[in-house]
Amino acid sequence: MNDAPLLDIRALSITARSASGPIRLIDDVSLTLARGQVLGLIGESGAGKSTIGFAALGYLRPGLQVTGGEVRIDGRDILALSAQDRSRLRGARLAYVAQSATAAFNPAHRLGDQVVEAALAFNRLDRSKAKKRARDLFAMLELPSPNTFGERFPHQVSGGQLQRAMIAMAMCTDPELIVFDEPTTALDVTTQDEVLKAIRNVIAASGAGALYISHDLAVVARVADEILVLRHGRAVEHGATRAVIDTPREAYTKALLDVARRGGSRSPEAGSTPSLLSIEGITAAYRHGGTILHDVSLSLPEARTLAVVGESGSGKSTLGRVVNGLLPPQAGTVSFQGRTLAASLDKRSRNDRREIQTIHQSPDAALNPRQTVGSILVRPLGFYFGMTGKRKQARINELLTQVELDPALAKRYPAELSGGQKQRVCIARALAAEPRLIICDEPTSALDPLVADGILRLLRELQESRGLSYLFITHDIATVRAFAHEVAVMHLGRVVRQGTVAKALSPPFDDYTGRLLAAVPTLDNVS
Amino acid sequence: MRRLRSPATVLAYIFLGLVFIASVGAPWIAPHGVSEIVGRGWEPPSANALFGTDTVGRDLFSRLIWGAPVTMAIALSATLLAFLLGGATGMLAGLSRGRFGMLLDRMNDVLISLPTLISALVLLSVLPRNTFILVAVIGLLESTRVFRVSRALAAELGAMEFVEVARLRGENLFWIIRAEVLPNALTPLLAEFGLRFTLAVIFLSTLSFLGLGIQPPAVDWGSLVRENKDGIVFSVGAALIPGAAIALLAISVNLVVDRLLERSAATRSGR
Amino acid sequence: MSSRALIPLRFSVREHPILSLVAARVAISIPILFVVSILIFAATEVLPGDVASAVLGQSATPSALAALRAEFNLDQPAYLRYIDWLSGVLGGDLGTSFTSRRDITETISLRLGNTLVLAAATAIVTVPAAVFLGILSVYRHNGFLDRAVNAFTRATVALPEFFSGYLLIFVFAVTLGWLPSSAAVFRDMSPGARAVALILPCITLALAVIGHITTMTRAALLNVMSSPYIEMAELKGLSRWTIIRRHALPNAVGPIANVVALNLAYLVVGVVVVESVFVYPGMGQYMIDAVLRRDVPTVQACGLIFSVAYIVVNMLADIFALIANPRLRHPK
Repeated sequence: MNDAPLLDIRALSITARSASGPIRLIDDVSLTLARGQVLGLIGESGAGKSTIGFAALGYLRPGLQVTGGEVRIDGRDILALSAQDRSRLRGARLAYVAQSATAAFNPAHRLGDQVVEAALAFNRLDRSKAKKRARDLFAMLELPSPNTFGERFPHQVSGGQLQRAMIAMAMCTDPELIVFDEPTTALDVTTQDEVLKAIRNVIAASGAGALYISHDLAVVARVADEILVLRHGRAVEHGATRAVIDTPREAYTKALLDVARRGGSRSPEAGSTPSLLSIEGITAAYRHGGTILHDVSLSLPEARTLAVVGESGSGKSTLGRVVNGLLPPQAGTVSFQGRTLAASLDKRSRNDRREIQTIHQSPDAALNPRQTVGSILVRPLGFYFGMTGKRKQARINELLTQVELDPALAKRYPAELSGGQKQRVCIARALAAEPRLIICDEPTSALDPLVADGILRLLRELQESRGLSYLFITHDIATVRAFAHEVAVMHLGRVVRQGTVAKALSPPFDDYTGRLLAAVPTLDNVS
Repeated sequence: MRRLRSPATVLAYIFLGLVFIASVGAPWIAPHGVSEIVGRGWEPPSANALFGTDTVGRDLFSRLIWGAPVTMAIALSATLLAFLLGGATGMLAGLSRGRFGMLLDRMNDVLISLPTLISALVLLSVLPRNTFILVAVIGLLESTRVFRVSRALAAELGAMEFVEVARLRGENLFWIIRAEVLPNALTPLLAEFGLRFTLAVIFLSTLSFLGLGIQPPAVDWGSLVRENKDGIVFSVGAALIPGAAIALLAISVNLVVDRLLERSAATRSGR
Repeated sequence: MSSRALIPLRFSVREHPILSLVAARVAISIPILFVVSILIFAATEVLPGDVASAVLGQSATPSALAALRAEFNLDQPAYLRYIDWLSGVLGGDLGTSFTSRRDITETISLRLGNTLVLAAATAIVTVPAAVFLGILSVYRHNGFLDRAVNAFTRATVALPEFFSGYLLIFVFAVTLGWLPSSAAVFRDMSPGARAVALILPCITLALAVIGHITTMTRAALLNVMSSPYIEMAELKGLSRWTIIRRHALPNAVGPIANVVALNLAYLVVGVVVVESVFVYPGMGQYMIDAVLRRDVPTVQACGLIFSVAYIVVNMLADIFALIANPRLRHPK
């Protein structure tokens, strides 16, 4: 036995081949990890977190290449091993937990068979022993009826259960190093809470070392002993979790922490204004499927933000589609500026359509890739206002300036813009119609935290300068606190709580809101 | 660019160029008239008859050139017809929800469940055999396949949020098709056009080979195979030359389409 | 796995949506078959003028026309003739040929067997070979073997059967003299001679479908190989062969089955040209002769049989794909 650390990454550099030459993904990153220790890797998308996680397992995605450095497991450089030896080492001693268990489980096989597969192949366990171990793990992870759980197929269990089953799959070989790659990001917040607890228990019980990858500081803070902050493939800051959170040294870390702490920051004043939009007794369903919304009533005051918050399946996005007319409800009415709007989009006047605009979650899907930014913005100007020639051009420049973009971007295609820039173009397109109300359907959840923060600030400024109202659909409580005046909490198609943010998100709570708020990880409840 | 054109693709472009020249300039290029007897039947290749003579002593090389415009024009017109018919109805069916789209879908379900060659045979058993009918029959039968592709593309793009934005704005269906859907469907539709053109060439040639396509004295590549097929057993390869021309045309178009798709995939991921 | 057998098998439609899906797929085919029979019948009615003059040609005398019309009831309205025809077909009576005056059912029953033998012999050899080639080229993805398979399939998919057929005859029958050039088979031919006569037509037909099946098998597998659960299997340390066999193939069975069936359906139709090239006494050649002679009842009968075969094979493919889907086989 030697005293080399379990995992020792030294000056690792990784590049990707691309049409325009090699791109450096990981640049001179070093880290060590001991048994029983959890190291959190933090960073925005493109920071190289997953690439490092894979490299720790001696695995590279197709097209990637190590251009320098070493990855040592117990002192042995695993990148120097033959492909076959590396696979064997990986199968027997290392393990990986992916972001989406739904995608990581093979739909064709029963869960139990997949959980024991590596153990059968590499640990020389016989089938009955392996099955016993799987059952024990299912029990430990509090999966329902652990003795028969393995008989089910992946599509037969819930997302949270599947994520725990994947942890069982990783633990089945009794690995020495486990890489958790955003294991809770795809989950709803209450489910995330359960899975995080399971991960902490399992790591503590096994004594394995773990890399925990996430973009969410508050989540990492709950499981990691140390934190390594990555940006553009470089290590920015490394230290004990408490120290990094309480006394960050680097500006970038500070900025990330600021955004993560926004939950505690000011929420806007809630002074009363007349109602702009009021929703009365909406019940709605899609053509094939059950009722999504049950008797939903809400009211949005002028120049204010009403946040509709809920987990997936709560019906919050469906509500947005009822308001903008895409889904005519089965019962109930939508009133706008005191008038009842036609239920179906086809029957609404051009002016009604103009005054209610929508911004979507994914700017990639919301912008036509074959149109330039200029032609995307020009259409509503011509369509609603009949603008032509020079006036249109001037207005486009004005709109781009309003969303803090360089007017020169008008000639670019969406693919040439960053995610944040694209979302700003979507906002500019909505503004081009000069609306009174904008339905924002999770407009920041596809964006990195710092970029998302910039978008929220822009939306707030626009609200203050132009008296806009927002129906803001989100799953993120922190955003609600930071951004909204009023909030409606939705659960299974019903509004379970509503009121001003200050009141509605303070105790005493109803059952569901209480659970929802308690599950949200914050930097203040780090253990 | 990752890699230059493969030699096969270069050859494909050259062959397509030659076929194009033959199609446009047949009367000026062909050394002999289409029905001109230049020797005895099935003579081997010579300076006078580059590919030898056919079953009655006409110059096979000249007849191949004379056949090119017929094969190309009919296949191209049939493909265009298939796209006008199937492309337009497919777009409408993919984007319009409701009865009309359903009706188009059901109609196409029935038509596409029929094998094209068999349907053509049934139709040609009663219809007069002329160029117009050939174009109409091939175009109609191929349009059911184009419908499927175009409908799938329209449905996929129609679910994109930028189309939803246009719907919310109040744009009509035709504007949405023209401005939002078509520009994004162009590359796959162009690839499909290449594929359908290839199949139309083979379809036409097959009908002519069976004696149901181009009727003498007119000539296309398929009918050249038919005229000369009896030579094979006397080890006269005359029928193989037009056959090879059809195969080369099909392979060349496929190669060019592959290049097109590759390039568009590269630009999409490269950005 | 032994525990699998312990789960009690219950088949109620409600708990097994797959049964209702299969039933629905079969149910769709019935109206389609019905409409197709109308289409085939109606297609032969579209000619301006009437069938009788088309058959007998421009020079037919009025009395000959009248006689033909009377013999085949052409004076009756079309819908009555359709009902007559369809009830005959359902009872196994395909009608009488315009030109030979012979019973179509009798002639077809002789030739249908020959056609099925040709299609089946081709399928038995080609399908496993093509699927194997597809798997092999995924196993050696981007390697030399993969590229060779790719070049081969690209070349074969564009070959018209009449070209590959005559090329094979020219090389193997005429130049080398190894095999017969014609596949004319007789009733008292020995099974050995019959098999030898079938070799070239089978290869020709195989060339027409092998490329497509191989390419699509490869594509379906590669598509599955890019799934996250394949990456997961690699991270478990499993070998490439195990990954393909255990994790990729079960998920690609649906699309592979679909493309195989599509090509089987094509085989049934593709025989038309191949039979013509090799002078093989099957349904295809019979139908071509009938079309050339404008023998409408025979064309209708052959067209209907080919279409029904095509529709049924396609239906079986869809059903197989449904059954291959684990989500449907094991509902929540």
